Amino acid sequence: MHALLVVSGLKKVYEGSGRRVEAVRDLTFTVEAGELVCLVGPSGCGKTTLLKCVGGLLAPTAGQVQLAGKPVSGPPPGMAFVFQEYGRSLFPWMRVGENVELPLKQKDLGKARRKELVADALESVGLSDAAGAYPWQLSGGMQQRVAIARALAYEPDVLLMDEPFAAVDAQTRADLEDLVRRLWRERGMTILFVTHDIDEAVYLGERVVVLSASPTVVQEQLKVDLPDERDQLHTRVAPRFAELRTHVYEQIQAAKRGTPQDAVPSDVRTDTPPPR
Amino acid sequence: MTRVLLRLFFVLALPAVLVAVWWTASSGSTDPFWPPLRTILKTFPDVWTADRLRTDVRPSIVRLLAGFATAAVVGVALGTVIGSYRRVRALCEPVLEFLRAVPPPVLVPVIMLFAGIGDTMKIVVIASGCVWPILLNTVEGVRAVDSVMLETARSYGITGVARLRSLVLRSASPQIFAGLRQALSIGIILMVISEMFAASNGIGFTVVQFQRSFAIPDMWTGILVLGLLGFLLSVVFQLVERRVLGWYHGLRASTRRSQ
Repeated sequence: MHALLVVSGLKKVYEGSGRRVEAVRDLTFTVEAGELVCLVGPSGCGKTTLLKCVGGLLAPTAGQVQLAGKPVSGPPPGMAFVFQEYGRSLFPWMRVGENVELPLKQKDLGKARRKELVADALESVGLSDAAGAYPWQLSGGMQQRVAIARALAYEPDVLLMDEPFAAVDAQTRADLEDLVRRLWRERGMTILFVTHDIDEAVYLGERVVVLSASPTVVQEQLKVDLPDERDQLHTRVAPRFAELRTHVYEQIQAAKRGTPQDAVPSDVRTDTPPPR
Repeated sequence: MTRVLLRLFFVLALPAVLVAVWWTASSGSTDPFWPPLRTILKTFPDVWTADRLRTDVRPSIVRLLAGFATAAVVGVALGTVIGSYRRVRALCEPVLEFLRAVPPPVLVPVIMLFAGIGDTMKIVVIASGCVWPILLNTVEGVRAVDSVMLETARSYGITGVARLRSLVLRSASPQIFAGLRQALSIGIILMVISEMFAASNGIGFTVVQFQRSFAIPDMWTGILVLGLLGFLLSVVFQLVERRVLGWYHGLRASTRRSQ
């Protein structure tokens, strides 16, 4: 069986004003249907570039992205994007409900079905009461919930999240992490989550893909063998959590020093570090 | 209640003082060109009868609105095209700078040559002066659409007309309204000027007629009418703007608070 999302040999080179920047060198990884995969890497390693290539917002220089067997050449209807800059991603001239509904108007859906999807999505993120408010009347965390609701209502095959919680405070962040975990479990979604936060990657992911420094390759892939049921209080102090985060941390340090383990093809290195 | 009264006081205080100053300063005037305000106000109801409102004020307003609306449609449409494509902008910018620098009143004799001296001429004159601030502001507004919003729209398949309507024009609307506001005052000026050149009715025509027949108090009432018209139009404009740009003022207030 084919994976839902296949990224193979992805390469992105920016050319401009005589400078040639190789942001992403050679990335290959897959995401199975229903998986929650976190991409984590040192800052400035081209994570956003990578995600934009996956989402069809940027054309890769080489390599290809396939969604459900079809190559991605522009933003496919089966993907929804949650951006880091929630304040610039929601339209301030539309109320929360209209923001969530807007993408649905591009789909062939009846008005009643649209209303249903909007109400359901807002309820899932706990913002049923805010449908009539403008985004700028809400706090940062609530605005990002609206952006998540917009993505939920769109019913995507894959949800792409680009450091969605980097700009909110720590407590809100913990709440939003739990929200993503809950939505993923309730709805059986497929999520590709990019972050620079190692703890967040381990806490959220079923699998963590560690990226090297730019020009980016896959440093390591790691299965997170924590129980499905996770919570901020217990999961984060579990010994296994500490082991995993230490391992990822070491890998990222190695990536920064520039010692990618190129000996083994990255796509077969889906391993789990031995328990200590 | 006291707050309403206070606001009313702030709105009315200065106009009341100015009228009082005008009234007392001109009360003893014997200069035929500076008649006392008392005389002007007494003449007012005799001059601006319902009949004259129909024959002179209405045509003026119709021309102004027609010219303004034409300019708004052309300015926003062209501005959106120019603002959306870098190449078109590079091509048009020098020409626009030149055309904008031409004072619109100088176009009146030229436009008369091919549009005659009828309503068309006046509407064209008003539109050709009003279009520039609308056009240039729209270009700036469309250029400034946030990149994350554009990517959001792309990733959710919001393209074409939907993108224009729900993103580009909405995002540019504060600038477009700034342009419309400037255009409105230019429009009133050009309305009067175009009626002074060649016309058989209109407020501008009436004022010139009174001046030529030495009906000086009547002429002054015409100026008052123009002032009142400008004031009323700006009040209407503000009401529309407050409705359309409510989100913008709210957004600005909330960013100010959070800083």
